[in-house]
Amino acid sequence: MFDLPRWKIWGIFLAIALGIAFAIPSFFPKSQVATWPSFVPRTQIALGLDLAGGSQLLLEADLADAEKQRLAAMEDSVSQELRRAPRIQAGDISTSGGRVSFILRDPTQLDAAVERLRTLTAGVGLTGTRTWNVSTADGNRVIMTPTPEGAQQAVKDAMTVARDVVRRRIDPSGTREVTVINQGANRILVQVPGVDDPEALKRLIGQTARLEFKLVDLRADQNQVAQGRAPAGSQVLPMADGTGAIAVQRRAMVSGENVSQATQAFDQQTGAPVVTIRFDTAGARRFGRATTENVNKPFAIILDNKVLSAPNINEPILGGTAQISGNFTVETASELAVALSSGKLPVKLDVIEERTVSAELGRDSIEKGLLASAAAVLAVMIFMILTYGRFGVYANLALLVNAFMILAIMGIFGSALTLPGIAGFVLTIGAAVDANVLINERIREEQKRGRKLLDAIDTGYKEASTAIFDANITNTIAAALMWYFGSGPVRGFAIVLLIGIITSVFTAVNFTRLLVALWVRAKRPRELHI
Amino acid sequence: MKLLKLVPDDTNIDFMKVRNIALILSILVTVASLALVGIKGLNLGVDFIGGQVVRTTFAQPVAIEDLRSRVEALDVGEASIQEFGDGKTYQIRLPRPDGPESQAAAITGKVRTMLQSQYPGVTVGAAEAVSGKVSEELARDGLLAITLAMLGVAIYIWFRFEWQFGVGALVTLGHDVALILGFFALTQLQVDLNIVAAFLAVVGYSLNDTVVIYDRIRENLRKFRKMQIVPMLNLSLNETLSRTIVTSGSIMLALATLLIFGPDVIFGLTAAILLGTFIGTYSSIYISAPILVWLGIKPDSFLKIEDKAPNLAGSDGAVV
Repeated sequence: MFDLPRWKIWGIFLAIALGIAFAIPSFFPKSQVATWPSFVPRTQIALGLDLAGGSQLLLEADLADAEKQRLAAMEDSVSQELRRAPRIQAGDISTSGGRVSFILRDPTQLDAAVERLRTLTAGVGLTGTRTWNVSTADGNRVIMTPTPEGAQQAVKDAMTVARDVVRRRIDPSGTREVTVINQGANRILVQVPGVDDPEALKRLIGQTARLEFKLVDLRADQNQVAQGRAPAGSQVLPMADGTGAIAVQRRAMVSGENVSQATQAFDQQTGAPVVTIRFDTAGARRFGRATTENVNKPFAIILDNKVLSAPNINEPILGGTAQISGNFTVETASELAVALSSGKLPVKLDVIEERTVSAELGRDSIEKGLLASAAAVLAVMIFMILTYGRFGVYANLALLVNAFMILAIMGIFGSALTLPGIAGFVLTIGAAVDANVLINERIREEQKRGRKLLDAIDTGYKEASTAIFDANITNTIAAALMWYFGSGPVRGFAIVLLIGIITSVFTAVNFTRLLVALWVRAKRPRELHI
Repeated sequence: MKLLKLVPDDTNIDFMKVRNIALILSILVTVASLALVGIKGLNLGVDFIGGQVVRTTFAQPVAIEDLRSRVEALDVGEASIQEFGDGKTYQIRLPRPDGPESQAAAITGKVRTMLQSQYPGVTVGAAEAVSGKVSEELARDGLLAITLAMLGVAIYIWFRFEWQFGVGALVTLGHDVALILGFFALTQLQVDLNIVAAFLAVVGYSLNDTVVIYDRIRENLRKFRKMQIVPMLNLSLNETLSRTIVTSGSIMLALATLLIFGPDVIFGLTAAILLGTFIGTYSSIYISAPILVWLGIKPDSFLKIEDKAPNLAGSDGAVV
């Protein structure tokens, strides 16, 4: 074992040098590292929210709401499709019972109607699985039922869109280090470092931001509206400020899809905070036409099915811009502007888990955590030197290199260091010495049995290896299982443990063996106190 | 330099002599721990039962009754308020609300708003809200992670050693986990997700210890085939004793440092691992080794297959 091939020696030193090089940036402030030349490693270990301070939200999609919206969208498409020339007359269209159904005025058009709907029900993608089943009943009724595959695909698509919308809302400039990832089938995990009051985040994410402009139905009788009844083709919607309700036409003049830009501004007359929006070309044309045709009538600005305001159309609005007012503060107006420009959420999201740590508490934890870790490492190192002398020094060098390598690997893979991670780190340090303890104790034993020094060292490393192997494999199994089945802190702990097991075997066995070999070559020792 | 030797060279402790006493003691403590869990229960945190926790620091000391009445005025359930020494830092814990899953997060918002409007200069250090659904999942995942980790390593040991060793490791782990549960029931320290990490660390460490001792037993079983089991186990334990003491000692040294100087957020976590290291060291000597005697392990358990083969051929030979 003392005649290590040259390539092996260089290999070990290279691995260690890389480990140290990639660990070093973590000890410097971020702003300083950014100015380093590009050939120098700049990997820094990320701090978990419990150390850095920040907010974490777990959002869950309201799937019942998503399904309802999907049905409503299909109802819309169906009536549009049937209106296309040659028009097919249909009535009693409804979305009750989780399906879209309607009755044909002329039963002979049944086949034509089903054929017409084919384009709406064909699946997308390579498989082309049907997203809806179309069936008929009573000779004149067409029923469309969502297939499980279709519903599943719709949820998947909606979650992808929702994730992007959430990201745009939280970080309009794209500069903050926010994490927004899909988790499971219907959840989104949001982590925002530095934000320790998540109320604004929750408000932003909480609004679906479905914006619609609809004409106020002037035929409606106020008493009936108060009871929640509206004339045919209209609906009753509550006012956002809670001052009663209003009847508006079902069909929207323009909706949020046609908004290309939204910004917070102030009303020129009243000075109140407002949101100005700019329509895209199609939206501007539709808004212009609708306002031209309805001068001197009121229209309602509706957000998430609540009426923000219902101003009068004084003159045609042709410029493609509009102003939304409605009891805003500067804060809520800019939130709405962000929500509108990021698009509407395809599905309602609920916050089902929230964790916040303030920056001060985080800083306190990391200071104490680092101090304690350093003290722990120091205590173990002194203990090792007292116990094993020269071989204790080697074990300590291995320990230090090990710590650097763990930092380096975590930095490279971008796994965040959390508080339980620090505990895992300390445990790894403790466990890493075990390999050296096993080896050194074995060497002691072999010396006691009367073996010569080199023979004792050789046998010591060899005999200790099965115990080191079995002990580390069992720990790997435990760490891997906790990583796979655990969540949050458990994972943070497991990831440090997993990385630590791998690096500690390398440093405690290979690196110390190299040090011993170099010592033996240089000094040709006859005896060793161990 | 004179080196530190915690275990003298000629140490020969008769561990196995007290194995029956140790067994009775272990059974008693295990039963007592489980009984304690049954009677006092565990102080489960919001991670596992849902609810809200807000940790807050005020600019001036406040009266706890005052704080309580203001929290209760919000009508968000019965608050349990815990003080952290200086009269300025409090932890407000609220039960899991009825109603929609998003209610939990909404309540932390309410509490936060109340604190900020009623107490100028207040800082909310940490806030957590876990809905019922999430807490159930976390509890299930935590249990699953511990159980599967225990089973997984027991199976590995069964493959690498013999079934007796696998059973021995599993019983040892069960003992360790039960004792730590008892510790949490006794101290009423809060059991949250971090503590699951502690349990897993203890499982990992205890196994490490057990495996090293098993490794030596396996080696000696092969080496001294004529030796009686009990003296052989004693020999193995004594041979590994020095290593056991040094490793356990250095891990406990590291953990004790973390316990004293580390952030109080991980006090429970560190305490659990520290205790677990101690229990794990005890159990790997006094449970995992003696159990091999009771499970009837034989010196020929580790004879190579080719050594066993003639015997098998002999008994099967009648067929020929």
